[in-house]
Amino acid sequence: MTPAAQAPERPAAPGLERPAAPVPRLVEQFERGLAAPICLTWELTYACNLACVHCLSSSGRRDPRELTTAECRSVIDTLERMQVFYVNIGGGEPTVRPDFWELVDYAIAHHVGVKFSTNGIKIDPGVARRLAASDYVDVQISLDGATAEVNDAVRGAGSYATAIRAMRHLMAAGFEGFKLSVVMTRHNVGQLDQLKALADAYGAQLRLTRLRPSGRGADSWPELHLTAGQQRQLYDWLVAHGEQVLTGDSFFHLAPYGGPLPGLNLCGAGRVVCLIDPVGDVYACPFAIHEEFLAGSVRQPGGFGAVWRDSELFAELRRPVGDGKAGAGACRSCQFYDSCRGGCMAAKFFTGLPLDGPDPECVRGFGAAALESVDPAAAPRPALNHSHNGPVRGQAAGPVPVTISPRPPAALRPAVRPAGGCDESPLAGFVPAGAH
Amino acid sequence: MAVRPEPFGALLYHFGTRRLSFLKNATVLTVVRSLAEYPSARVACAAAGVTAAALPAYERALATLADSQMIRERPRPEGTGP
Repeated sequence: MTPAAQAPERPAAPGLERPAAPVPRLVEQFERGLAAPICLTWELTYACNLACVHCLSSSGRRDPRELTTAECRSVIDTLERMQVFYVNIGGGEPTVRPDFWELVDYAIAHHVGVKFSTNGIKIDPGVARRLAASDYVDVQISLDGATAEVNDAVRGAGSYATAIRAMRHLMAAGFEGFKLSVVMTRHNVGQLDQLKALADAYGAQLRLTRLRPSGRGADSWPELHLTAGQQRQLYDWLVAHGEQVLTGDSFFHLAPYGGPLPGLNLCGAGRVVCLIDPVGDVYACPFAIHEEFLAGSVRQPGGFGAVWRDSELFAELRRPVGDGKAGAGACRSCQFYDSCRGGCMAAKFFTGLPLDGPDPECVRGFGAAALESVDPAAAPRPALNHSHNGPVRGQAAGPVPVTISPRPPAALRPAVRPAGGCDESPLAGFVPAGAH
Repeated sequence: MAVRPEPFGALLYHFGTRRLSFLKNATVLTVVRSLAEYPSARVACAAAGVTAAALPAYERALATLADSQMIRERPRPEGTGP
């Protein structure tokens, strides 16, 4: 899918402590779960014009059971009642749903802001002007390389040109601060400066996320995920530029390199984050589309509110660290456990590692070592597959040949511009109390 | 701007700036909700039971909220004020 998969970024928190009894740190409050999600990803359709090799929802073909327009409106009514202030809409490619713009308008009219992720296919000048005119809509363009060669190898031939065209239209329409969202891979991590320059050139904000072995990513992850050296390179880059880029909760597993990065340093699954998929199933996070992480359905009595409030899975995820589903286990004795918190549940699950073991990309190398003793064939498979059965329109039948060019000399480095608080997700700017 | 009560206090969300803030206890939530009813922020704090010793922390918190446009000074009536 277009990775709308969002975790909250950094909240701006007034520096207030309760005068008498100390209040638990905000991060601990988040771990216990909130009355409603802060960061809800809603995938509207499994249909997509692309067939990205790392699609976390194995999207391609529409599912006949997808929520109807009326059901989607009912979900929005629920979100309004729960005061879910905004949703991250993705897919698939959400804009190919015929009722997409109608649903966006409905959400806005019901005080649910919308940020949607797109490959840009439907962003023409008219749409761009309409989007630019609304404060309540934000747009996130997916692009996984600063050059067509690197991007198209992952996202398909022509997808770079489509994304750039969409960004051009948004800029021409005066839409400032839309997001350029990049999944970090072995082939684009060397382009970080170029990607930042590209975002700046279009008045966009760069957002970087972690490649997970979810969906079709389960098959492409072994070849695409960052090497140990590249993880360090990314960490150092984020230390230098982290205030100007958004990362959600993508990289908390890198904290043991030398301290937490800007962003949310905990797994938000079922606590502040969750996913509603196109057929209305609710999962703990967008990267965990599997029965193991299925909390319920918006179609069941009580709807989404009941799932968020009463799901046994979510209750388990909200139990204190070390006690719940992703308990500390083998990692408990590690001196860095407090900073990485055992890493990403979904990454462990789909690579066949135990949930209480190390993250496959554990910076100390425990995950890589553990992976050596895992039979990849025995790892759980993503539960659903909506991949295109035949050739995808506009795409060559076989693999796309790719040449990785050397990184060009540092071009004009854009002026440093701090991330505008919560441009993307309200959690932007969040420094956990007690972090300093 | 919307207020969502949470176990730890509340979340504030500004739809225009798409910015989220946290109110980290129930007292500051009471203060924010009652600001419009009182002549000044100081009076609102006192009414919510904020002690003189705790006042500076609340002043800072309200200033932060004002900076992010979560709260703003009400327009002064004609012919009043300095």
